[in-house]
Amino acid sequence: MSSITQEPALPQTPPVSPRRAELPVVSKGRRTARPYLLSVPAVLLIIGILYPFVKGIVLTFQGSNAQTLRNPPWVGFRNYVRVLNPDSTFFIGKATWITIEYAVLATVVETLLGVGVALLLNRSTIIGRIFEKVLILPLMIAPAIAATVWKFMFNADFGVLNHILGLENFNWLSQGRALYSAVLVDVWIYTPFVAILVLAGIRSLPKEPFEASAVDDAGPLYMFRRLMLPLIWPYILVAVIFRFMDCLKIFDIPYVLTGGGPGVATTTLQINAFNDLIKAQQYSRGTTYMFILWVLVFITARVLVGVLGKAQARAAGAEE
Amino acid sequence: MARRELMPGQRRFTPAAIGGELLTLLWFTFSLFPIVWMVLLSLKKTADQQATFFSFTPTYSNFAYVLTGDTGANLRSGLLESLLTSAGAVLVSLVIGIPAAYAAGRWKYRGSEDLMFQMLSFRFAPELMVLLPLFVIYKSLGLLDTRLGLIWVLQLVTMPLVVWIMRSYFQDLPADLEQAALLDGYTRIQAFLRVALPMVRPGIAAGALLSFIFAWNSYVFPLVLANSKIKTVTVAIGTYQGGGGQVFYNHAAAAALIGALPPLILALSIQRYLVRGLSFGAVKS
Repeated sequence: MSSITQEPALPQTPPVSPRRAELPVVSKGRRTARPYLLSVPAVLLIIGILYPFVKGIVLTFQGSNAQTLRNPPWVGFRNYVRVLNPDSTFFIGKATWITIEYAVLATVVETLLGVGVALLLNRSTIIGRIFEKVLILPLMIAPAIAATVWKFMFNADFGVLNHILGLENFNWLSQGRALYSAVLVDVWIYTPFVAILVLAGIRSLPKEPFEASAVDDAGPLYMFRRLMLPLIWPYILVAVIFRFMDCLKIFDIPYVLTGGGPGVATTTLQINAFNDLIKAQQYSRGTTYMFILWVLVFITARVLVGVLGKAQARAAGAEE
Repeated sequence: MARRELMPGQRRFTPAAIGGELLTLLWFTFSLFPIVWMVLLSLKKTADQQATFFSFTPTYSNFAYVLTGDTGANLRSGLLESLLTSAGAVLVSLVIGIPAAYAAGRWKYRGSEDLMFQMLSFRFAPELMVLLPLFVIYKSLGLLDTRLGLIWVLQLVTMPLVVWIMRSYFQDLPADLEQAALLDGYTRIQAFLRVALPMVRPGIAAGALLSFIFAWNSYVFPLVLANSKIKTVTVAIGTYQGGGGQVFYNHAAAAALIGALPPLILALSIQRYLVRGLSFGAVKS
């Protein structure tokens, strides 16, 4: 971990070269101040980002929209009441449910597939060796562009998927299926992310335990569950944290695919807030949705990071 | 990537091994098909765009058309805007972020962890929580649809990456090197600029290129804050599918390919540092 660099003490020995004699003596005050001075620009930047954030929280207590932009009235908790009341038109429940369904589904599928792909590549199959370099390509295409391409492929009338799979006029983006199709695109993009993280984890493992248990005729399943899984669990968790948190704020894939539709079938919380901003121009309502999502993300992050810390401690213990 | 031998207990020509080959093939078919299909579509004439996907006479005119033709969605200016704003955002992040990352990597001081986690929280915060109020602020400041406004907000994407990646590289750098330089009469700033910084060059490259890729690929920021006068590549490509008129899928595919190409090339060039970068320094390979 980070070590503490100390200024060299004044040389005890007589100076060998004239340059050494000029070694500056740095006062303690300057030494303590140094890291803070280096961080000043970054702190200013954080303040610059936090200002709109705080302004956003203020907005949730106002009634700001396109008409009242200059002088928004204070409304207290009315936005929250409206958004959290199940009988209200603007109830947050539907969008929250869609968001969580998307996030859980995508994270679970990507984790399972990603670990699977990592295991396959670790077996150094011939095909795996050939294609390993291009594993990350889907991850590097902008999700908005990838979703555009998938949208064409999903097209019911002449999309290539129906053509290949022999489905006639199968509607991938119907009311009932659009969310799953969006998850499919997410899986296509982000499974490589899980895979390369887990693969890096597997490759960093010591080989001896595996050789020893191979000598003992341990089956591959036993080796995976008892030896590998506990050791790579922290890597899997890092991937899960990144994926789940990103999925909670998913916007571009469903937005490009269906614009949040059909109806509200893929309207996640962020798409909901976006519609409030651009279409309804209800700035306060949109921000209220986002603040609730932020709280959700914050709590999830706390929980997941705690789990990760425990898993890392356990894996470190297991390795010794 | 060094480990090329088989796993312990693994043999090559067993049913399990062949099954493994087939599963790997299955994955890469799924994974590469959309890309291959996009390339094929971008080579088709408009008349062939709905035809079966192998039989057609290829043409390069789609690329010329989307780059130079009058398409409504101006791809050329999109490329330029994406390049300028992404590069600008990365530059700002490097100048501001590297000193902070160095401080956090070298010294333990009160608040350093808070600073780092504040940075990381930007990465995970829902974008619109900041974008909504920022839209209102930008509107009154006249920053909507400006490069400066976009570069500022893209710090949410680039800054956490740069700071976290650079800190992990500075932490790995033994402090002795700088000590030695100080004893040789370097000032602290010289020791940083001439000794520490050149040693973490791979980190700078990885951080800069990766954050460039993500800035280039970002969609919601430019969509909300810059959507009429300046349009980035991702937003411009989105307009190919909008509206009720006829959609030229071959043109859209050509545009998508052009927009996706810079990140792909950059990613392949920094493959060795990708894992560490993507996990914000958490996983080192």
